[in-house]
Order: sequence, then structure tokens, then C-alpha cells
Amino acid sequence: MNQPMTIARHGPRRPGGAAGAERARAGLADALWAEWTKLRTVPGTAWILAATCVLTIAVGAATAAATRCGPGTGCSVDPTKVSLTGIQVGQAVVAVLAVLVISGEYSTGMIHTTFTAMPRRWIVLAAKAAVLTGLVLAAALVAVAGSLAAGRLILTGNGITTAHGFAVVSLAHGPTVRAAAGSVLYLALIGLLSLGIATIVRDSAAATGAVLGTLYVPPLVALFLGGEPSWQRWAERYTPTASGMAIVNTTGVHNLVISPWAGLGVLAAWAAAALLAAGMLLRLRDA
Amino acid sequence: MTATITPYRPPQQAGRDGFTQLLHAEWTKFRTLRGWVIAVVIAAVLIDVVGLLVPRGQDHCAAACQSLVPTGPGGEAVNDSYYLAGQPLAGGGSITVRVTSLTGMISAGGIGLVPRSTMSRGLVPWAKAGIVITGSTRPGSAYAAMMVTSSHGVRMQSDYTSDIAGMPGSVSAASPRWLRLTRSGDVITGYDSADGRHWAEVGTARLAGLTGTVRAGMFATSPLDFTPNLPSYAESGGMLSGSVATGVFDDVDLRGGAPGGRWAGQGVGAGSAGYSGSLIGFHQAGARYTVTGSGDIGPVVAAGVNSGYVTGTLADHLLGVFIAMLIMIVIAAMFITVEYRRGLIATTLAASPRRGRLLAAKAVVIGLLTFVLGSAAVAVAAIVGSRISRDSGTYMLQVGWLTEARVILGTGAMLAVASVLALSLGTVLRRSVAAVAAVIVAIVLPYILGVSGVLPASASEWILRITPAAGFAIEQSVPQYPQVVGHYAPPDYFPLAPWSGFAVLCAYAAVALGLAAYLLRRRDAGGAA
Repeated sequence: MNQPMTIARHGPRRPGGAAGAERARAGLADALWAEWTKLRTVPGTAWILAATCVLTIAVGAATAAATRCGPGTGCSVDPTKVSLTGIQVGQAVVAVLAVLVISGEYSTGMIHTTFTAMPRRWIVLAAKAAVLTGLVLAAALVAVAGSLAAGRLILTGNGITTAHGFAVVSLAHGPTVRAAAGSVLYLALIGLLSLGIATIVRDSAAATGAVLGTLYVPPLVALFLGGEPSWQRWAERYTPTASGMAIVNTTGVHNLVISPWAGLGVLAAWAAAALLAAGMLLRLRDA
Repeated sequence: MTATITPYRPPQQAGRDGFTQLLHAEWTKFRTLRGWVIAVVIAAVLIDVVGLLVPRGQDHCAAACQSLVPTGPGGEAVNDSYYLAGQPLAGGGSITVRVTSLTGMISAGGIGLVPRSTMSRGLVPWAKAGIVITGSTRPGSAYAAMMVTSSHGVRMQSDYTSDIAGMPGSVSAASPRWLRLTRSGDVITGYDSADGRHWAEVGTARLAGLTGTVRAGMFATSPLDFTPNLPSYAESGGMLSGSVATGVFDDVDLRGGAPGGRWAGQGVGAGSAGYSGSLIGFHQAGARYTVTGSGDIGPVVAAGVNSGYVTGTLADHLLGVFIAMLIMIVIAAMFITVEYRRGLIATTLAASPRRGRLLAAKAVVIGLLTFVLGSAAVAVAAIVGSRISRDSGTYMLQVGWLTEARVILGTGAMLAVASVLALSLGTVLRRSVAAVAAVIVAIVLPYILGVSGVLPASASEWILRITPAAGFAIEQSVPQYPQVVGHYAPPDYFPLAPWSGFAVLCAYAAVALGLAAYLLRRRDAGGAA
């Protein structure tokens, strides 16, 4: 904090007469490079991405280990869904990363510098979204693959096998592949939704609360509106996490309130709306 | 020549370092930030809005259920339905029987009218048959009973909530059980024996108001079978099925009864209503008596497991608490992190160099504020919410005013302790995002995972024991009974006792507060951004 800040210009000044046009074209690329550098050099990023993977896999494995379903007891298990339970926790970490991407700059006042260097603010937001999405996709891929592998191993050990009439976590199984790919996208969309909300809220503490509240409050409130099944159905269909989690189901899909891909679509719509609102507010508001 | 210089002391200096001034300063910091004040008010309002939205009832039951449910001698709601083969017992006396068999049937699913064809042989764990001495056959009467059960050996139960274990093991023709109850005034003593010669006392019960002629006899009953669902998102609860139990008795000896008295069969309570007459009843063949009944003698537990109507507890109306907690965590963490971010902490510490006191003042201000607002909001949600639930047809399980006060003030205190935990972690981490995220992941997330049924029951129980979310146990208003099978799950029931759960949360907060005080003293005031 106390040492003077040195501003290093990255990349050489481009020579030639077409510099203006080239600079305009390179706007997004520069922004991407800048955001990537920022996120890469903040010490927390790697830890947060690692925490996403570890928490997701650990919670999924623990849930699988606690799942018992003897043959003939009439209970049903969706092995893929059980294996992917950890996403419920991992998404919190993704949300925190998304908040840090934008709120960190607001809390230090760095955002002034950023917007001075990049006056087209929506490009900054787009670049942040792109870099965040890339990182979350990479972490989610590891987390989902690890969860499915752990789930397969543990559930098979618990006797939840094809021999007993259960579906098994297997990449030869269409719905499982869909759930796996969808879960990776789900986490990326959660990141984008959180980025949008955090940009709107700006303050880091309030943004963290708002983002985690958005993820977790609606499904639980809906669950307890037992006397009002229509509200519950509405919540499962239209709130971001409840609808988005439809993607992890591989059995009983026709009983879902919303089909897996449509559910992910609802989450995508929320993320798009949040980013759009954030982009507009960035233009309208003071930095 | 020396001049005496009297330093100028402004009048407030003497007290500047005083704790009261510090409290006042921190309170002023808090209340002058409009955003915080609005957020705290929203938190309190949300407790009430969400708490009052929850009622779930049955319209047909609106007025009827309140009068249908019998209450036991202790005032608690009870189930009291069984089949009795009894005789009057005027004064002191005893009843002794030998039980040679306990068998039963369980329906394939569903409650209500159960045709015999859908039932298969089997016993629920607390199917019971034995002898009973009861004040009257009106449901809710005082009683004491000795019984054999399907999976819990011989028991002596009395007045619905008391349950004492006798001989272990199950009954069969090869290993019969002798049971005896003696009455002397209002004191009933239970004995069991494996051979009818060597008797062991199981327990004694003093039944208030058990005077004059009472009924003594053989009974059998069998509670609903409960199969919990494998939890998955937005699905909890389980399947209920009806069941009956049959006890076979011989060597029956009643002393103190009327001379030449005959055993008369009688269905007590509503539990047998769904079964055809051929299934329920009492048969005598020589000295051999067969009694078959259905229902339960015991306390009603929440979540509608052992009763045909929807039951509710105070905790049903406290769902908004976790949302308020989420907001208070953000505010409490910001209460300190904002000072670090703006560099204000240097000024604050210059003004009050005793850093431990500063932290204490902040903790008192945020804790007290949260406690007062939280308790007030919870009181409205619990009291008004129960009334709305009752009017919409939910049977609210009654608790004493002491318990009600514990739930209301305890929930306010839980919110306050969570705020102090957030303040402490904010001091330790000095960064808003890290502090807020850490506390939410430590308290709110485990609560959500534990309550929503995302996790298998055993995993839910563990996280509600060992994480700070254990503090939510303070919301439990009705006790859990080991002798009643039930869906003992949040939000009505928690794996730890109310104060134990609260203590777990307090322990986390105390450790965090201690660490915060230590680090605040040790570290440079500059802090991280």
C-alpha cells in the first residue's frame, strides 16, 4: 500500500500510421490481456479455483459415501445426481471468485485507473466475463470429472450397481454426459450471474451477501412453501439455481418441473439479464 | 524562577478512554450509515414476511383438529388409541399376565381405510402389547403400562412421555415374558420376569388424579410405519403405512377386581377406525386371550408422522431467520472491514489505543443491536405465525411459555452470536469478501444443506452437529422422543439439544473473537486492503 505505484506499460507501442484503427480493433484483446494479468497475479485466484475443485469433489464423495439403498427397499437413487451434489457447495466458491473479479477494484479504487485506461466500460466487463468464464470452465471440468469418478467408485462400492437395477455413472450413458457437460456450463453461468450482480452492487461485502443469497435463498424458501405447491413449482422453474440444477438429473427426467436444458436456459437468461443490467449501470453510473 | 504549567484538560478527556464513550462512538458510526440501518431493518422485516408466508394446513381441519387431538396429563398433544380387554379395578390390586407372542401386519402403503388384502405380515419397531392400568378409556387419560415391543424389548411406559427399558429381547412361545403391574393408591409399579417366579422391578409411576375405580387389562397397539425417502432436492418426508399388532396372553391373574368379572373388549381412540372389524379386536379361547389393535400411546411428534393431521411447531415460522442472518453477517463483517479499507482504522485506534476494548465495543454494539431487533422480529413471526397456522388448519404443538421465550430470545441471541462471529472474522481476515464468504459458508450454507434435504440424513445430521450451524438447534421447541418413530429432521428437530447447539456456535464465536483480539493487538493497524 505504502510504496509508490509504478505503472508499467505492457507491450510495445505499435508503430505505423494505422495505429488508431489497430488500437480500436485491439481494444477487446488488450482488455482481455489486462484482465487475465490481473486475475493471474492476484494470489487468491489459484487457491479459489483449487477450493472449487476440492470442495465440489469432497462434498460429492461424502454424499455418495452416505448414500445407502439396498435392493428391494423401493428407494431410488440417481447416481449421477448424487455424485454431483458437491456443485451445491462449489458454486459458492465460484461466486466468491466472481465477486473478487470486480469488487476488488471497487474497494481499492483501482476501478478509476481501469476505466481511465479503458474508457469503454462494457469492454472491461466483457473481458472480465470472458476471463472468468475461461477459468471457471477449466476448474469446473476438473471438479465435475473428479466428482463423477469419485461417485462411480464409491457408489459401486455401496452396491448401487447395474446388477441391482440402478443406472451407473458412465460416460457411455447419454444422460450422464448431458449432466456432466451441463454441470460445467452451470458453474460457468453461476460465475457470470455472480459477476453481473457484484457489478451492480459494487461493494464487496454486500455483493458477496447478495450473490450467495441469490444462489441459496429462493430454493429453500420455495421448499417450505409446502402449502402452496404452485409457488414451489414456480420457484423451481424460474429461480436461477433451482432451475439450473435440473441439468444434473438423469433419472425421472419427465417428472421434473422443467426439463434439464430448459432449466439451464433459465439460468442463462438470469446471467444474461444480470450482465446486461450491470453493463448499463456501468455506463450510466459514476465509477 | 519556575512557573507551574497547568496543562489544559478538556472536560471530556477524563472519560475519553471510557468504555461507555467507546460504545457511543461505535453506535454513532453504525447508525449514521443509512445503508446499514436500512439493511438491518430489511433483515428484521424479512424474518416476519417469510415466517408468516409459510403456513400449510388442511382446510377441513381448521377448527376440528384443535379439539380432536387429545392432550395428556402434562398438557402435551398425545396419541391414545389401542385395543383394550379390560375390567374395573376399584382399589389396590395387581394384574399379571404371560405374553407368548407378538405378531402383526403392515399395509403396503397409505393410511386411512386399509383393506386386509393389502396387508402383509410384519411388525413395526414399536408395535406393542401388554397390560395397562388407566384412569379411564377417554383418550388422554393418565396410565401406566408394561409391554413387550417388537424391537425394543420389555418397556414400562406411563403418561405418554415416560419410557423405561425392562428385559431386552423379543417375545416368542419359546421365550415368553411375564408382566405385572401393581397399584397402591396413585402409585403403579411395573415388574417383568422370564419365568414367572423371579421378578424384577422395572419402574414406578405416580399418576396424578388416579383415584377411585380405574380400568386394568390387556392391550395391543401398533403405530404407523414410517419409511423415510432417500433425501433429494425438494423432496423430504417419507411414506406412512398403517399397521396392526396382535398379542397373545395366558396365565392372566387380576387381583382386586370385582368377583366374577369378565374381560370386555373396547377400542380406545380413533386408531382402529380404518380397519375392518375382523382385523381388530379381542378373542378368548379358554385361558388364552388374543388382543389386536392399531394406533399408538405416546406423544404426538411434529411433521405429521404419527398422526393423521398436519402438525406444526414454532420453528416452522422461523425460516426467515437464515435470510436475516445472511444480511447481518454482511453488516457485521463490514462494521470492521470498512475501517480497514478506508484506512479509518488508524484514526480509530489512535483515538482509542486499547484495541481489545475497541473490538469489545464493536461486538457489544452489533451483538446487542442484532439481539434486540432479531428477538423482536422472531417474537412477531412465532406468535402471529402460530396463530395464522392454527387458523388455517395446522395443529400447533403446544409448548410452555418458558420454552416459547427460550425459542424467541434464543434465536435473537443466535443471530447476535453469528454477528459477533462475522465481526471477529472480519477483524482476522480484514477483507470483506473473505470474511463474509467464510461466515456464510460456515453457518448459512450448512444450515441450508442440512435443512433442504440435498444430503442424505446422516450427512445432514453431522453438519448440523459440528459446524456453527448447530446454533439453529435453539429454534427447536418440541422434544424428540426415542420411543416414537418420527421424521426427526430440521426445521422442527435438530440433532443437538437446543442449548448444546447454541454452545457450539458460541464456542466458534469465542475462538474467533479471541483470535481477533490477539491479532488486532499484535498486528500493524494498516492492514490489508
